Amino acid sequence: MIYAALFGVSALALAAFLVWSTAGLLDRETDAAINADSNGLSERYKLFGLPGLVDTIEQRLAGNVDADAIYLLVTPDFRPIRGNLLGWPRPVTMESDWFEVPVERGKRRTLVRLHHFDLTGGFHLLVGRDVQVRAELRRVIYDAMVWAAVIAAMLGLVGAWAVRGLFRRTLADVAATASAISAGDLTRRVRVTGDGDEFDLLAETINDMLERIARLMDGVRQVSNAIAHDLRTPIARARIRLEDAASHAQGEAGLRAAIERAQADLDGIVAIFQALLRIAEIEAGARRSAFAAVDISALLHDLAELYEAVAEDAGQSMVTDIPPGLFAYGDREMIQQAVANLLDNALKFSPTGGNIRLAASTVTNRLEIIVADAGPGIPTAERGQAVERFFRGEQARSTPGSGLGLALVQAVAVLHGGSLALEDNAPGLRAVLRLPAVG
Amino acid sequence: MRILVVEDDKDVANFVVKGLKEAGHVVEHSNNGRDGLFMAASEAFDAIVLDRMLPGGVDGLRLLETLRSQNNNTPVLFLSAMAQVDDRVRGLKAGGDDYMTKPFAFAELLARVEALARRGKGDGPQTKVVVADLEMDLLSRGVRRAGQKIDLQPREFRLLEFLMRHAGQVVTRTMLLEGVWDYHFDPQTNVIDVHVSRLRQKIDKPFATPLIHTVRNAGYMLRPEAP
Repeated sequence: MIYAALFGVSALALAAFLVWSTAGLLDRETDAAINADSNGLSERYKLFGLPGLVDTIEQRLAGNVDADAIYLLVTPDFRPIRGNLLGWPRPVTMESDWFEVPVERGKRRTLVRLHHFDLTGGFHLLVGRDVQVRAELRRVIYDAMVWAAVIAAMLGLVGAWAVRGLFRRTLADVAATASAISAGDLTRRVRVTGDGDEFDLLAETINDMLERIARLMDGVRQVSNAIAHDLRTPIARARIRLEDAASHAQGEAGLRAAIERAQADLDGIVAIFQALLRIAEIEAGARRSAFAAVDISALLHDLAELYEAVAEDAGQSMVTDIPPGLFAYGDREMIQQAVANLLDNALKFSPTGGNIRLAASTVTNRLEIIVADAGPGIPTAERGQAVERFFRGEQARSTPGSGLGLALVQAVAVLHGGSLALEDNAPGLRAVLRLPAVG
Repeated sequence: MRILVVEDDKDVANFVVKGLKEAGHVVEHSNNGRDGLFMAASEAFDAIVLDRMLPGGVDGLRLLETLRSQNNNTPVLFLSAMAQVDDRVRGLKAGGDDYMTKPFAFAELLARVEALARRGKGDGPQTKVVVADLEMDLLSRGVRRAGQKIDLQPREFRLLEFLMRHAGQVVTRTMLLEGVWDYHFDPQTNVIDVHVSRLRQKIDKPFATPLIHTVRNAGYMLRPEAP
C-alpha cells in the first residue's frame, strides 16, 4: 500500500509539472508578445504623436492574420479613438497594469489578456491578445492530466495488488517451507521458478542455507549414532571387566590387573571424547582469530625428527623432501596435530621395510604437504567416507585407533580454507593436505 | 611440600588430597573460591591445585588474578573440565603455570605439581647440571658421564636436559612432549618411548648403573640409584 501511495503521489507531481510547464509557457509567451507590442507602440507615440500611433495601430490590425491582437486607444474620458474593441472593458481599472477579462468581440464572447498603460496627454492604451484558444488548450491539458492521473492511480492500484500477490505467493512459499522445517521436515525446499529473477535468487540462497543446515544435522546425527555405537563398545568392555573381576577375580593381584585394564579402557574412551571435542572445536572455527603465519618448513622438520626415530624402530624408513621457507597462514598447533595424525597413520599401516615420505611444496598459492606410505591404502570407494568420524576401513579394523584421525585432519584443512585429498600411492596411501600459502 | 587444593567436587578433592598426602606432602583443602583465596593469600604454599569453576562467587580465574595482583607468585596448576584450547590459553594468561583437564591420571597430576613446586625454588640461572656421574655443561652444550664425553643430537640434548633438571621427579610422556617438543597433543604412536630409549642407548647402555628409569603407569625418572 505504501508503494501504491508513493506511485500515486509521484504521478500527481509529474502531471502538475507538465501543466505548469506547458500552460505556463503559453502564458509567458503571450505576456512577452504583449510587452513587445506595447513597447513598439509607445516608441511610435513618442516619435510621431497621436496620428503616428493611430496609423501604427491600423497597420498592425491589418497585418494581424490570426486576428488575435487587440488594441484600444481611448481619449482621457475613455471614448474610443481607434482599436478593435467596442468600448473600454469595465473590469479594467487604473489600479493595475495586467488584466484577463471576458469581452464581446464581433459576435462571440472571448477571453482576452490586456496590458494597460497611460500615454502622455491623458490618453489610455490597451494592448492585448485573444487568449480564448490558449484557455481552451489549458483546459484540454488539465483534462488530459486529470485523466492521466486517474488512469495512473488505477494502474498503480492494480499493479500494487498484482505485486502484492506475487510477493505473497513467494513469501508464503518461503514461510511454508520455514515452518515445515521448524516442524522437523528437513527435506523441504523453497520452490525455484527458473526465471532467474530476484525471487529465484532468494529461493536459491535459502535453499543453500537449508542444505548446510541439513548437512550439519546429518553430521550431528552421525556423530550421535557413532557415539552411541563406538563408545558403547569400550564402555561395555570396561564394565564387563569390572563386573567379572568383582565376581571372579583370583586374589588381590587379579583384581588389581582387572581394574588397571578397565582403567585403560576408560582412558581410551576419554581420548575418543577429547578427539571428538577437538574436532567440534576446530569445526566451530573459534580459533581462526589466532591465525598467524606459520613456518611450515620448520614445523615439518620437527615432526619428521620426532617420527623418524619411531619409523626406524619399526624397521621402516622415512624420507623427507622439505624445501626451506614455506609459510602458511593458520594455527600452528592444529597443523602440527594434523600432520602428526597423517604420520601416525602412515607408520601404523606401513609394513616393516616400508617407506614413508614426508614432502612439501608450493603449487600456485597452495602449500601441499604430502604424507605417503606403502601400506594397504584405502580403496577408491571408501575414500570419501574415510574422513568421516569413526570410519574404520576393512584393513584398519584389526589395528588400534578410534577412526577420528583423518576426520580431524579434514576439519583442520577445511578451517584453513584448504583441503585433504586421499590418493593412490600404488601401493599405499598418499594423503595431500593443501593449505593457503603465505608469500 | 605444602600444597593447597581448591576443588569443590568432593570425590575429586578427596582423591587428590589423599594421593598428595601419600606422596609425602602437607595438603590443605578448600571447597570454594573465597576460602581458597583467603588461604592462598594468607599462608605460604609451594604449589596450588586450582579448579576453574568454583562456588562462593570467586571462580578459579578470579582467584588467580587476585593472587597475582598481590604479587603472590606461588605456582598454580589449573585442574579443570574446561578443555578447549581457548580455555587453556585463558588459564595460562591469567597467570597459571600449568593446565590439566579432567578426567586426569593422578600420576600425571602428582608429577606436574611436584615439578611446579620445585621449580618455584629455582636457584637462578645454572651453567652446569650434575646427577651422579653425569654432567651437563649448558654453555658448551657438552655431556660427560664418568668423565667420558657423550655425543648427543640437539633434541637428545634437550630431552636429557629436561630429565636432569627434573632429576628425582617423575616426568610423564605428556610433560616431555610439551617441555621438549612444545607439542600440545598426544600422538597415537609411542614417540616419546622411542626417543627415551635412544637416549638410554647413549647415556646408560655403556655404563654399569642406569640413570633413566621407567616409572610404571606414569613416565620416566632420572635419578642416581634405585631408592
